[in-house]
Amino acid sequence: MKAAPFDYVRPKSVAEASVALGRKGIVTAAVAGGQSLLPMLNLRVALIDLLVDISRLDDLKAVTRTPDSVWIGALTTHAAIEDGKVPDMFGGLMRRIAGQISYRAVRNHGTIGGSIALADPAADWPGCLLALNASLRIVGRNGVRVESVADFLRGLYETTLQAGDIIMGFDIPAPQAPLRWGFAKVARKSGTFANSIAIVTAESRDGPVSVVLGAAGPRPIVLPEVAKEVRAGRSPDDLQATIAAELDLHASDADAYQRRMHTATILRAVRDMQAQ
Amino acid sequence: MTAITIELNGIRIAADVEPRLTLADFLRDRCGLTATHLGCEHGACGACTVVVEGQATRSCLWLAVMCDGRAVETLEGLRNDPLMDVLRRHFHECHALQCGFCTPGMLIMARDTLQRLRQPDAATVRQELSGQICRCTGYANIVKAIVAAGEELAMAGAAAP
Repeated sequence: MKAAPFDYVRPKSVAEASVALGRKGIVTAAVAGGQSLLPMLNLRVALIDLLVDISRLDDLKAVTRTPDSVWIGALTTHAAIEDGKVPDMFGGLMRRIAGQISYRAVRNHGTIGGSIALADPAADWPGCLLALNASLRIVGRNGVRVESVADFLRGLYETTLQAGDIIMGFDIPAPQAPLRWGFAKVARKSGTFANSIAIVTAESRDGPVSVVLGAAGPRPIVLPEVAKEVRAGRSPDDLQATIAAELDLHASDADAYQRRMHTATILRAVRDMQAQ
Repeated sequence: MTAITIELNGIRIAADVEPRLTLADFLRDRCGLTATHLGCEHGACGACTVVVEGQATRSCLWLAVMCDGRAVETLEGLRNDPLMDVLRRHFHECHALQCGFCTPGMLIMARDTLQRLRQPDAATVRQELSGQICRCTGYANIVKAIVAAGEELAMAGAAAP
């Protein structure tokens, strides 16, 4: 349970950090809160040559709000979001999500950027940011690029990040009308990664609906047909067939138990949203 | 080896450390501060919880090099902390420990919980402690102790002029 040896640098700027992370011929990793990376290093699941500490780069800490969107710097901790230190344009959804990630002692230093960079399909932020149509700004060797979270998440622990890339933060568009949302999660123990996780958002009574399911495949799954029916006002009891069809399509590996579980979290999240 | 300076329990200390050395091992093996216990070493058990920059955190999930220039407090440094004093007394009175292995982490999280939530009820305390594992299954008395400490502090706060 001790990490294998590696070197450590703490660059003073994002540009310097990008150069260090992009060094050829060695395995590098960025550390922000370290709350996922440190266990992986301790368990020697991750083996690296160079650890690049980006945790003090002020450029990654900004949190700003405009009328149209909120910008959340990659180093923003789960605890800061839980405590309402980030402008909330989403009816409390982000606070609710943040407050039940792992444990407070982990949330205190674990960051939203780190969670997305890891791209665990059972994590909370990937599904949430997908449901909120967030995009990321990434600095790399070829300059800055902007990508939607949907494009960024490629698969199981797989993203578009290349050597030398650093996530700056997230741009989340404000909903056109007050957001109603529902959230449901099944985890065998509080604080563990979910077995199933569903997020439903709706802009006002009859605006666009988004339904996202996590932990059901290599990346969070968007369920557009279920969303359409929810928007049309279909009651949760009448959604079973549509959910089954979309699970067939996107989560074909799920066994009977997992299908029941995913169906249950989706329906709970729909009811949760409709109760708002 | 990397040179670091840490403000440890209010005292500046300097050391040369291997980058892979966790804060937990640094505290125990290099500083002799053995109140911080190591159970799982991957963030699951909570026994090694300390305070970094004023916030409770797992010392097995921090590297000593990452603490360079930061303030770290361990249970030893909270000996004269008024809130910890009340908690310790209630842990004693409620018999909130058997073997004591989880107790340092429990006390640090209990203090963190009371600082944030003032007077939490038993259900809230259980939720807040869900990252702290006690293998003597002493949770009932630990929860009682923290609820009682919160009540005492709330009463004292209400009685204060």
